[in-house]
Amino acid sequence: MSFLNYLIGGISLGSVYAIIALGYTMVYGIAKMLNFAHGDVIMIGAFTVFIATTQAGIHPLAAILLAMVICTVMGILIERIAYRPLRGAASPLAVLITAIGVSYLLQNLALLWFGSNAKSFKSVVTIPPLRLAGGALIISGETIVTIIACIVIMIGLTTFINKTKPGQAMLAVSEDQGAARLMGINVNGIIALTFAIGSALAAIAGVLLCSSYPSLDPYTGSMPGIKAFVAAVFGGIGSIPGAMIGGILLGVIEIFGRAYISAQMADAIVFAVLIVVLLVRPTGLLGKKIQEKV
Amino acid sequence: MRKTMRVIGTTLAATMVLSMTAMAADTFKIGGIGPVTGPAAAYGSAVKNAMEIAAEEINEAGGINGYQVELNFQDDEHDAEKAITAYNTLKDWGMQILEGTVTSTPCVAVAAETVNDGMFQLTPSGSSPSCITNENAFAVCFSDPAQGTLSAVYIGTHGLAEKVAVIYNSSDVYSTGIYETFMAEAENQPFEVVSAEAFTDDSSTDFNVQLTKAKDAGADLVFLPIYYQAASQILTQANAMEYAPVFFGVDGMDGILGVEGFDTALAEGVLLLTPFVATAEDEATASFVGKYEEKFGETPNQFAADAYDGLYIIKMAAELADVNPDMDAAEIGSALIEAMPQITFDGLTGEGTTWDASGAPTKDPKAMVIKDGIYVEAE
Repeated sequence: MSFLNYLIGGISLGSVYAIIALGYTMVYGIAKMLNFAHGDVIMIGAFTVFIATTQAGIHPLAAILLAMVICTVMGILIERIAYRPLRGAASPLAVLITAIGVSYLLQNLALLWFGSNAKSFKSVVTIPPLRLAGGALIISGETIVTIIACIVIMIGLTTFINKTKPGQAMLAVSEDQGAARLMGINVNGIIALTFAIGSALAAIAGVLLCSSYPSLDPYTGSMPGIKAFVAAVFGGIGSIPGAMIGGILLGVIEIFGRAYISAQMADAIVFAVLIVVLLVRPTGLLGKKIQEKV
Repeated sequence: MRKTMRVIGTTLAATMVLSMTAMAADTFKIGGIGPVTGPAAAYGSAVKNAMEIAAEEINEAGGINGYQVELNFQDDEHDAEKAITAYNTLKDWGMQILEGTVTSTPCVAVAAETVNDGMFQLTPSGSSPSCITNENAFAVCFSDPAQGTLSAVYIGTHGLAEKVAVIYNSSDVYSTGIYETFMAEAENQPFEVVSAEAFTDDSSTDFNVQLTKAKDAGADLVFLPIYYQAASQILTQANAMEYAPVFFGVDGMDGILGVEGFDTALAEGVLLLTPFVATAEDEATASFVGKYEEKFGETPNQFAADAYDGLYIIKMAAELADVNPDMDAAEIGSALIEAMPQITFDGLTGEGTTWDASGAPTKDPKAMVIKDGIYVEAE
């Protein structure tokens, strides 16, 4: 029974990684850059909900919407102020370093505003836990909501990309920015839209993360952010189903590693898996094979 | 001293006057070192504040051996090198006795200096055993390893559990130190440790695996030698999986009721081994807490209590050794080192505390239980 417990725990943790990984993978697929500040947008989203519910007394659902709006605006602003001016820069490293800078900026602003003491995040999920096998297996409401949210987001995002005009435009931009621009697509607008969607997802991920693991401090988003990035690379960066599969697998590997190998080694195992996958399949599980034409 | 005098004297006449009064040697110069800024500032500030209260009281009551006490507290930002600088600053000032440092890492560094100078050093809260390895260094608080041993003995003698699980932080020296001695002592106790699981600072949010193992192993008590923030997570997650053992913490658990957003009802029945809680109802505690709250606008923590006791311990030892401010630091030091094992001290952090030459205190540990959202002394 504990095996099932661990499996469900792993899928739940992995679903959060998957939602975060979507933000990484979409931005990478379309803007060809790594947005390292993504993990910290999660933290801002979680803090928004924390403050809105505990101090302003706003209903949790309204608070989540508010967090999504704030994170979306923030994502667009970060892209507009910090990344867009550098997009044409000679070295792709410039944007990468800026992204790391933005990440530290957000962490330190949060440190200034909210202090370094961890806050205990009150779960926004109110549905009761599911009892199976006479109480030996208890699936918490948070787990159920997280997994459902992950599936809904996955389906919604795939439909959006394949069935709508802006979605198709995103695909076009990811294939070839120059050609897309010639076809009359507003490339900057599409990239801003990508950041907006990614950041809104980050707000949801932040709420789900802190509902399951109720500790909130300015560094809350940092480690899950890095692991979700690993998940995105693991699944094949740029691929949406890849981010989902990578995230869930990573969560399960982490929990199983902690349960059956060593709790202290869990993080090392996660990163070792990444190295092995990259050695065997350099483009990740579902990554596109890159064919260099000579 | 003379050289310093000249430097100061030529720069500031006012300082000169102050230094002149100091030269008359009618005050004991007691130095303090601790983090007043930086991440551990809460600890250092508490010690500084409490020392001020104790010094005021002592001076009002006639001082030590009839001499007034003069304090000088220097910031070390919880950094070993800055602590050495602070120590040298205090020596230039003419410090005769050191109450410090507050945190373990700087304390170890400063201890290496004080032993050369023969300076008497009493750390209120440096809990690493290496703080007091030298003969001139003593501690007010229990060492980390002692907390592990005492916890195991307490659980065993009070028959709190038959099966015990431990969850500790393997990336933290405090937690690991307590864990190791707890495990060693547990072998002599009538309970069985059925599960011992670690976590690290990087994975200090998800405890479902550790809790599942404890639950599956049938542990009726979970020992948590960790700080309160991670402990608040564990309590929340244990509640979500409907696992309700007795939770037993050490002094790092103090503060769990103050975690913002934490449902304190979950902490109901949590036991912790800690020398001081501000809500205790004895007269000495109430008076100290009242003064502290009035003066500094916050509730004193365990560090404050240790520091407050620390100054009174120095007073008691100094009175027994009959030292006076005309003696230099090394003379006072050797007299106090001799006096320390002879005193028996009653204070906020324990009754009948004695010291042996090792510098570690011997006192009965106090166990507190959380009841209706406050700490009360456990039976």
